[in-house]
Amino acid sequence: MKANCWMGTKKMEVQDVPDPRILNRHDAIVKISSTAICGSDLHMYNGLLATMQRGDVLGHEFMGEVVEVGPDVKNLKVGDRVIVPFPISCGKCYYCQEGWPSICENTNPNGWMQEALWGHATAGVYGYSHMLGAYAGGQAEYARVPFADVNPLKVPSDVPDEKVLFLTDAFPTGYFAADNCEIQPGDTIAIWGAGPIGQFAARSAFLLGAERVIVIDRVDYRLRMAEQAGAETINFEEADSVLDVLKDITGGRGPDACIDAVGMQASGGGILGALDHVKQAVKLETDRPMVLREVMRAVRNGGRISIVGDYIGIIDNVPFGAVMNRGITMRMGQAPVQRYYHQLLERILNGDMDPSFVATHTLPLSETPKGYELMDKKEDGCVKVVVKPGM
Amino acid sequence: MKVKKVVTINGTQEEAYNFWHNFENLPRFMRHLESVNVAGNGISHWKVKAPAGQTVEWDAETVEDRPNELIAWRSLEGADVKNSGVVRFKRATGDRGTWIDVELDYDPPAGKAGVLVAKIFGEEPEKQLYDDLRAFKQVMELGEVVLSEATIDSTHLVQDPGQPRKAAHAK
Repeated sequence: MKANCWMGTKKMEVQDVPDPRILNRHDAIVKISSTAICGSDLHMYNGLLATMQRGDVLGHEFMGEVVEVGPDVKNLKVGDRVIVPFPISCGKCYYCQEGWPSICENTNPNGWMQEALWGHATAGVYGYSHMLGAYAGGQAEYARVPFADVNPLKVPSDVPDEKVLFLTDAFPTGYFAADNCEIQPGDTIAIWGAGPIGQFAARSAFLLGAERVIVIDRVDYRLRMAEQAGAETINFEEADSVLDVLKDITGGRGPDACIDAVGMQASGGGILGALDHVKQAVKLETDRPMVLREVMRAVRNGGRISIVGDYIGIIDNVPFGAVMNRGITMRMGQAPVQRYYHQLLERILNGDMDPSFVATHTLPLSETPKGYELMDKKEDGCVKVVVKPGM
Repeated sequence: MKVKKVVTINGTQEEAYNFWHNFENLPRFMRHLESVNVAGNGISHWKVKAPAGQTVEWDAETVEDRPNELIAWRSLEGADVKNSGVVRFKRATGDRGTWIDVELDYDPPAGKAGVLVAKIFGEEPEKQLYDDLRAFKQVMELGEVVLSEATIDSTHLVQDPGQPRKAAHAK
């Protein structure tokens, strides 16, 4: 089959690779109808995620048709149309049963690598480095899906791919970010990052009862997209101080909750930010935490911080006193997609949310590398790239 | 060489004890073990895979057996590698499953067998026991060891997909 392979930093190639096959008794094979490029795929593209090997198949947002099932699969059959969540859950361990599939104890065979870096291991993720389990990804014609009874979600045949594809990651991640803000009626929620996750977080915050949503980014067309959902926006390159602007428009208090939907690849940040770029380049620091620093100072006293932007390692100059002394609650994590996907599918089917707004580009599999370039350079109004292997 | 690790499983002490009590099950999760044959009277024969198709073997006896709590064993005189092990099964706090606490002790001899043992366990015997206990947890909770393209070693299936044909395993 054809698949999009990581061949080095800024080097993606569509290659011929052997077809996936059933390895465990609970596996299924899915023939992919649509797959997407995630902002977090850019970590690998830009060489920020270690433990990649030349030839690894990328992609953790995919959907399609079940074409084969292992002998122990009971809930799925050949021909079912499914979306596949990015965290691989076993369904049986303590965390899966507690509603935390993204920290499953059983699905990362390379858990020892994470234990060395993070103290404990998390779930495996498709196409997301060897540290996250070395599972082949979904930017391909076919993919192997472990624990097919608990991971894929069946979707109705009459809903277009673009409406349900983002149930795999972007929509639940944005919703999880908003949910972690514990929104009360009347709340103002500030969101750093107007990429796909920030867009879904903004819309989810309104769904969960926020009175105001303020989105911060520097890419104008993305801010316009947030405004279409009713959000106010701040272009941080045009503001002298985002903190001051936020105070000015919230009666001096600051937002009730702040969402970091950017993570370690943040831009800007003044002198500290420039230092972070240098440190990251020479591997003294793995992550650039400009957004996190700002969020920690911007949120109101006693407010909530919700982090869904990716951080993988060590960060410097974090103003921890700002959150400790001011009684801030911080919640974060890789989205437990399987906890949310039933209710979010319902939100799509009843018209609360049409996730297809975020898909600005559609490409055939052969042009996937071009999609990475579009997303990375934010060219041509690009927010989200959908790849169609059958196109 | 002593190594010690612990893992928590969703399951009862009885289930974990019963599975471990039949030593012939151990190769299902201990990757370096090729086979264990139970002879009866608490005696078992252990065979360990070594590089280049060689094996290291010994007979072992069960020295303590407390149902649902503890099993201890040690190699008999004449073993290629003198070794012993003990596994304890404890109720997890809050009844959140069972703690499996394992200690292994190997006393590699000088000479050829000692070199083989060093190769089998590599430089990270603790990592190997950690991986084995994670595999034990998978067998207990899921009925099998979870495979991915990461599980590329001598005892696991290598999944080809994930590597393009023309650049296979280039790094």
